[in-house]
Amino acid sequence: MNAEIRPIRTPAEQALIAELGGLPAGTDRLADLRRAAARSFEENGLPHRRVEEWKYTDLRTLMREATPVAGTAAVAEADARARLLREVEARRIVVANGAVVPELSDLAGLEEGLTVTTLAAAIASGDEVLSRVGGILPGRYDAALALNTALARDGVVLTVAPGVTIERPIHVAHVFAGDAAAASYARSLVVVGAGAKLTYVESFEGPEAVAYQANAATEFVVGDEAHLDVVRLQEDGASAFHLATLLFDVGREAQVHAFTFGLGAGVARTSLYATLSGESSQVGFNGASLLKGRQHADSTLFVDHQVPGCESRELFKTVLDDSARGVFQGKIVVRQAAQKTDGRMMSRALVLGEDAEMDNKPELEIFADDVQCGHGATCGDIDEELLFYLRARGIPLKEAQSLLVQAFVGEAVETVEHEGLREALVERAEAWLKARG
Amino acid sequence: MAMLEIDNLHAKIDGEHGKEILKGLSLKVNPGEVHAIMGPNGSGKSTLSYILAGKEDYEVTDGSVTLDGEDLLEMEIDERAAKGVFLAFQYPVEVPGVATMTFLRSALNAQRKKRGEEEISTPDFLRLVKDKAGHLGISQDMLKRGVNVGFSGGEKKRAEILQMAILEPKLCILDETDSGLDIDALKIVSEGVNALRSPDRAMIVITHYQRLLNHIVPDFVHVMHKGRIVRSGGKELALELEANGYAEYQQDAA
Ligand SMILES: Nc1ncnc2c1ncn2[C@@H]1O[C@H](COP(=O)(O)OP(=O)(O)OP(=O)(O)O)[C@@H](O)[C@H]1O
Ligand SMILES: [Mg+2]
Repeated sequence: MNAEIRPIRTPAEQALIAELGGLPAGTDRLADLRRAAARSFEENGLPHRRVEEWKYTDLRTLMREATPVAGTAAVAEADARARLLREVEARRIVVANGAVVPELSDLAGLEEGLTVTTLAAAIASGDEVLSRVGGILPGRYDAALALNTALARDGVVLTVAPGVTIERPIHVAHVFAGDAAAASYARSLVVVGAGAKLTYVESFEGPEAVAYQANAATEFVVGDEAHLDVVRLQEDGASAFHLATLLFDVGREAQVHAFTFGLGAGVARTSLYATLSGESSQVGFNGASLLKGRQHADSTLFVDHQVPGCESRELFKTVLDDSARGVFQGKIVVRQAAQKTDGRMMSRALVLGEDAEMDNKPELEIFADDVQCGHGATCGDIDEELLFYLRARGIPLKEAQSLLVQAFVGEAVETVEHEGLREALVERAEAWLKARG
Repeated sequence: MAMLEIDNLHAKIDGEHGKEILKGLSLKVNPGEVHAIMGPNGSGKSTLSYILAGKEDYEVTDGSVTLDGEDLLEMEIDERAAKGVFLAFQYPVEVPGVATMTFLRSALNAQRKKRGEEEISTPDFLRLVKDKAGHLGISQDMLKRGVNVGFSGGEKKRAEILQMAILEPKLCILDETDSGLDIDALKIVSEGVNALRSPDRAMIVITHYQRLLNHIVPDFVHVMHKGRIVRSGGKELALELEANGYAEYQQDAA
């Protein structure tokens, strides 16, 4: 069969494999994980459009070059570039070019029950928390995650002790600093103990004109009856390549809500994997993308209901201007044991640009018989009747469009519980609309 | 010169085989006047109001419309609003996610800006809305919702009049504002409209029922039929139509 013949390795693949050859030796579990990830990358390479999960985001074609791993960022530049969400009261940790910058991070005076360390420090000291890194598996080969596992040297490792509520959100501000194309890899782990509560924020940004690559993966281990809110704001530079993986393992009666907001990067792929492994949990994975120019953004979700009685909700909104391209792929799997599952997934796209395009692929795979599941996808222009109504009251065209786009995105942004964060995201959406002119 | 001069207006549905709806309609409206337009379903009343407001689904094939001597048909939709054209819709749409207060304020400020006036301050705006809403029996709860979202038919009509009261247009076009209103609401809305009557404001009131015209007494009544005004008279014409219907005009046209 033709399909079994490995295509010739692209220059990017060759460069990455060379990079992987330089992995440090080691006998610890993490070193094993890295080697395994490197091997799987060597075998499978970058996915192309004939790989179902990457059908609309042909990484092999899009990622023409693999840039070298980024060096240490200058502290002053990292500080100057990390602007996002500064107004939100939070414990801020800056990760520049994939490494935590202690000088810019607020790691003192941690609340009782909160531990924050860096992956690099945990590796150096052989911290036992490392045994949890790489614990959540996506259940399929994922090139972005494999590269991250193999190449990430640092990131944030955070645990909240059982029963502890951390009021102040943790904000991990990822930033790229430098003016040469390079790749950053950051790997983070968030463990929320049973009955604990946490709001975790990630932001991404960097220079507009540098073709850097940001590969970030975060694992969230959510204990029984824990509450976790995740907010993710991606505003990488217009020439950047953003590859993100979010992995969740959700315990019994836990409540998890994540909101991913994507406005930046030339090409962005955000993969979210959630394993619902404890009964009666409630999860909401929502998001919005605002795209313009020739941006390409892909949100791919995989929600795995393994046990009975869980509820999952997904609402994704995409606004496409100019000749932007949006992709939503969402899959809800309901295993045979997962009776009484309630799963609903919806993707809605609003097309403003004449040459914009949206690919929607929501899917259900159900092996249990007593479930309530649904999915849907819509894609449409701005409603002319509504636009006329606003304009007939004197509101100019662009402003009327902005109001309607804000309303469209607002439905998803409103799911963010934290008021300060919600307002900050609304403000980012407004800024995007203003920049449209 | 009249405020509004419609001369021999012909319009069709936009598109290659769009049918002609307005077939040579002429009308002059002076400041201070209230004109009622009555006519059978489908005669083109709403079409006329949409064309005045600037809806893009129609193509004007002949004739002209001027507002204070300026070519209305050349103006953008929002420009017409800023010049004082206001259409109270027959079927106001719901705009989920756009808060009523944001909408009212955006509209008012956009119009002011276009006219070179200053934006309204927050306290002045809140006071203005509270005052006007109170008179029209519109609750604070309704104002907190999205524009018209979840409003009953009658509430939507009231909300249209609230917008009109806040925006203080020069030319008010009311398209079947009475339909869907209960007896009390009809009174409240009519009072709201009458409060806006003034020597420099004109109104075109489209209705099927004489009842509304007992409250909003018109200076002129016009009968529209098949895209034309086929008869004009004083307020007694409405009574005559109420008694006899449109049979006479249907025959004329046949
Ligand atoms: N966008 C459109 N596409 C197709 N036909 C249209 C459109 N708008 C109006 N029409 C047609 O034009 C004619 C006039 O419609 P219009 O709504 O103006 O009538 P009207 O006098 O307001 O009627 P009513 O008293 O029922 O409100 C009708 O036959 C209607 O079906
Ligand atoms: Mg009508």
